Amino acid sequence: MMAARWPIHRPADAKLLVVDRQGKIQHWLRSKFIDLLRPGDLVIANDAATLPASLAGQHRQSGRPIEVRLAGRQSLSANDFGRFSAVVFGEGDFRLRTEDRPLPPILAVGDALELGPLHAKVENVLHHPRLVSLSFDGSPDEILEGLSRHGRPIQYSHVPTPLALWDVWTSIAAPPVAFEPPSAGFVLDWQALASMRAQAVQFATITHAAGISSTGDPELDALLPFDEPYKIPESTALAIRRTRDRHRRIVAIGTTVVRALEHSAGVDGTVRAGENVATQRLSAASTLRIVDAILTGTHEPGSSHYELLRAFTDALTLFRASQELDTHGYHTHEFGDSVFIERDEEREGRSNNEADEQAGGAPVLASQQA
Amino acid sequence: MTNELPEDPLAGMKIAITGGTSGLGLALVRELISRGAEVAFVARGRERVERIAHGNKGTHGIVGDVSIKEDIHPIAIQIVGALGGLDVLVNNASDLGPVPLELLGDTPCEDLERAFATNVLGPFRLTKALLGALASSAREGHGGVVVNVSSDAALTPYPRWGAYGTSKAALHHLSQIWDAELGGDGIRFVSFDPGDMDTPLHALAVPDADTSELKRPEMAARELADVIAGVLSGRRRDGCAQDEALKESPYDGSQVAHSSSRGREVAGR
Repeated sequence: MMAARWPIHRPADAKLLVVDRQGKIQHWLRSKFIDLLRPGDLVIANDAATLPASLAGQHRQSGRPIEVRLAGRQSLSANDFGRFSAVVFGEGDFRLRTEDRPLPPILAVGDALELGPLHAKVENVLHHPRLVSLSFDGSPDEILEGLSRHGRPIQYSHVPTPLALWDVWTSIAAPPVAFEPPSAGFVLDWQALASMRAQAVQFATITHAAGISSTGDPELDALLPFDEPYKIPESTALAIRRTRDRHRRIVAIGTTVVRALEHSAGVDGTVRAGENVATQRLSAASTLRIVDAILTGTHEPGSSHYELLRAFTDALTLFRASQELDTHGYHTHEFGDSVFIERDEEREGRSNNEADEQAGGAPVLASQQA
Repeated sequence: MTNELPEDPLAGMKIAITGGTSGLGLALVRELISRGAEVAFVARGRERVERIAHGNKGTHGIVGDVSIKEDIHPIAIQIVGALGGLDVLVNNASDLGPVPLELLGDTPCEDLERAFATNVLGPFRLTKALLGALASSAREGHGGVVVNVSSDAALTPYPRWGAYGTSKAALHHLSQIWDAELGGDGIRFVSFDPGDMDTPLHALAVPDADTSELKRPEMAARELADVIAGVLSGRRRDGCAQDEALKESPYDGSQVAHSSSRGREVAGR
């Protein structure tokens, strides 16, 4: 697939590949995605706003230039705003592919990083010369100000022009806790929310601190996604409970929503309101207890996002979908086209008889094994 | 929901105010703190912001200029980041246009542009950046209220108030359209006219005014806080904002519109 190069959230010709419960594939215009929804469905999106998490500066001990990409936090609390895990690059910026970025100078515990108005100290080096935990000097308000003034959105070389924050914020962006945009949410605008309401489709949000999506380093990428804190509002937990009681579908906008909801349900199948940290990795072996369908980007095989899709459908169906994405000229990455995948009927995470009946029709032979 | 009247509906609300270091904005910062709200305020001058944040414990002072496009998202990050959410936004920062006031024909284009940048584009951009947080608050049944500070000059074509009047008229209309469009998302917009107050802005406009005739900004701030409290308690009576019943709620903006001697809320609907 080709990368989408321009930061446009809702191109008029954006495509949507639809995989239904029987593994049947269709091509849609993404602007029509609301027609895939049914009355009573609950659509859940991640309302995290994206921090300008790329900080240019220098390593004081060596005097050499670095780029710090904030990559994770242990909580969402406003008072605990000063400790981050981070991936550190040497000289250069987003115009150089991450794979080609030089290593930073050797970082040791206690080293000082000067990042514009911000000062951070290396608290720990985490099993890799690029991966550190940092603590920033100053009050939470001072750190927020320094970040918001000095930071740039994390960016990759496939988008040639520098991104502004408005390029990476979804329409529903609320608490600034994501390190990269929860980009599946670009599909949503206020018209979409109004259209859903008109069709009796419910809408709710969670907040999930989406971490870094790629480091350019296979060893580090293999560790993705890092642990990500999330918060589920009371109103969302309630809406999920009611939707399940009525045997309607829960549709996740983006992988972060799946990760948060399934983590929350991991204990006893119930999504609880409150804050927690998602630590699990979803894959073919995972049972989805909550989410019935996902609308997300066109993820490429090998990525952790693609692995997560294997929890929805089997390997052969995903392989066929990937072929279709290629042959139909879909674009990939955060400003690219999308896929909508229903959890296949072989993967019933829960009793869902009514939804089965609604889907109608005899199941197509769905016994493909890769 | 209980039948008991809750404490002041402003208690615990996360509220942001632009233009928070003088006049009505500063009075509102103090009024809202005294009523238990968590307050972040925005203004251009660092020195004043820091002094007022220091003098009003628990507030978050944010340095920024709403008329500058590139300032909007940094301001939004700091508001929502510091408060951990946002229930109410008060777009109060205002620009008078040319000082001294001029006939429109004598108004430099740059002064008109600046008035529109501060009084219309700034509130538009900042509100747009914060809609997600406000909608989230509305879904949780907390808030989701935007107050745009208006003026009788928004409705009456006073000579020599052209830059201010036209921009406030646009802001007033913005409030009404947004209120019509986002009611279903649970976000309410209020256009509030505080009346003629004894503030630095008024002194610039009418240097020889008899200030004893003017309203104290503290009084206007209390009226504005009451209007916000009214919208919030209406919201609570109705329960979840996504509920269709909101549209037929007993609360309607017109019911809290005040007589001309007090603050005037011009209801969106």
